[in-house]
Amino acid sequence: MEVLFYFFSLILIFSALKVITSRNPVLSALFLVLSFFSAGGIWLLLKAEFLAIALVLVYVGAVMVLFLFVVMMLDINIDRLKEGFWDYMPVASIVAVIMLIEMILVLNHSYFKDMTPKDSVGISNTEALGQVLYTDYVFPFEIASIILLVAIVAAILLTLRGMKTHKGINPADQIKVQRNQRIKMVKMKSQDPIRRKKR
Amino acid sequence: MTTPWLDIIAESFWILLKILLIVIPLMISVAYLTFFERKVIGYMQGRIGPNRVGFHGLLQPIADALKLMFKEIITPNKSNKTLFFIAPILTIAPAFAAWAVIPFNAELVLADINAGLLYVLAMTSIAVYGVIIAGWASNSKYAFLGSLRSAAQIVSYEIAMGFTLVGVLMCANSLNLGDIVNGQQGGLLQWYIWPLFPLFIIYFISAVAETNRAPFDVAEGESEIVAGFHVEYSGMAFAVFFLAEYANMILVSMLAALMFLGGWLSPVSFIPDGILWLFLKVGFCLFFFLWFRATFPRYRYDQIMRLGWKVFIPITLIWIIFIGLMMQTPLKDMFH
Repeated sequence: MEVLFYFFSLILIFSALKVITSRNPVLSALFLVLSFFSAGGIWLLLKAEFLAIALVLVYVGAVMVLFLFVVMMLDINIDRLKEGFWDYMPVASIVAVIMLIEMILVLNHSYFKDMTPKDSVGISNTEALGQVLYTDYVFPFEIASIILLVAIVAAILLTLRGMKTHKGINPADQIKVQRNQRIKMVKMKSQDPIRRKKR
Repeated sequence: MTTPWLDIIAESFWILLKILLIVIPLMISVAYLTFFERKVIGYMQGRIGPNRVGFHGLLQPIADALKLMFKEIITPNKSNKTLFFIAPILTIAPAFAAWAVIPFNAELVLADINAGLLYVLAMTSIAVYGVIIAGWASNSKYAFLGSLRSAAQIVSYEIAMGFTLVGVLMCANSLNLGDIVNGQQGGLLQWYIWPLFPLFIIYFISAVAETNRAPFDVAEGESEIVAGFHVEYSGMAFAVFFLAEYANMILVSMLAALMFLGGWLSPVSFIPDGILWLFLKVGFCLFFFLWFRATFPRYRYDQIMRLGWKVFIPITLIWIIFIGLMMQTPLKDMFH
């Protein structure tokens, strides 16, 4: 078990470093995928199989795919990106120091001293999580879901702005079309064959 | 003192052997699935399909495999070489890895884990990376368009597919694939396909879309973008994509058989259960894949998106609520 832990952690640290150091943004995104995957591996070792698989399913399977989508379309010039480095340096270092202090405060808390996972009696991690989420914390859970729903609706509304001129086809209208709306039968006299010859 | 190490080595060797016992028959089935496909579609279109190599063409897949092995693998000039070769591996690895939790029998399973269904879902969701990376690393417009189409399609249909699985696990009360099959004991009428019929249909159509098969094969779309994401691949690199596609087809058929059609259970009580039933059901589902390909024209891209988001997801959500409500009524025996 310990060997596996160090194996996953080494990959995690390496790939996390590559995320911020690699020059190609697509490679950075792929290394981020790798680091999510190894974090999932570490969670599996802690017997948190639901969290581990949900991490892979949600972040690797969906979120990072959309990230890659965007990043792949960019044509990034590394030199231009490096231009403003020293201007941003003071602000960035302040943010970094604040984050470092916060991390130290959180990780020093007594909660993190005891790292052995709580043994849920005889039931799997999935079942334990489900019981806690849908009984003890059902109200906060529902509120969170409503907030997410509002966010989704808001995001869709933002993209709909100024889209009234689109040429999209409504399938329902397509199905409802009748024959006489598309084809008009016209009776005509056939042309005089002699006249054609003259021409 | 050396015994624990020896134990670990012996155990790993034993697991490796079991993996080979799954992977080798899987490769052979993939090879003969391609042959079967050509024959079935041939007969549906009034041809006889391959019939030159071996008895009635039975050695055709082996000839094809040998041909692909000896072909040169060409790398495009300005492609990203590393990612170009990682992409096929990333496609085939999840297709095989998902088989680890598939039970073939009440005892015959490589890893009998609790969250089996979730694991399979996670593995199939990773498969999209192979396609995306292949499209980007090829540095070709056709390949890139194909990979974008495929990524959007797979991500959309994964949601509908996940919701159908929620229905199954509500009925089975378990994420373990073996337990899901055991919940369907008692003959044909106890299979989950009956209470979950709309979900079964949606699962199957989503499975066709997830594997990029016709009529949802816009990622390849020969008439529009040549061959989509694998247009720049040749030889064995192409063969690996091909293998992964067919392995995925067998995998989703296997899942359909396990979750909706009672797995290895026999449909009538006087015939014993057995692994043959499972293979029969998987073969039946696979036949549908081939039948679809021979029958339907390719979907238009915006229609694919509409079907996934505006038709399938609402139906699955409504059916999940319906199952939940039915479980509170005296009719609840029907639903598990």
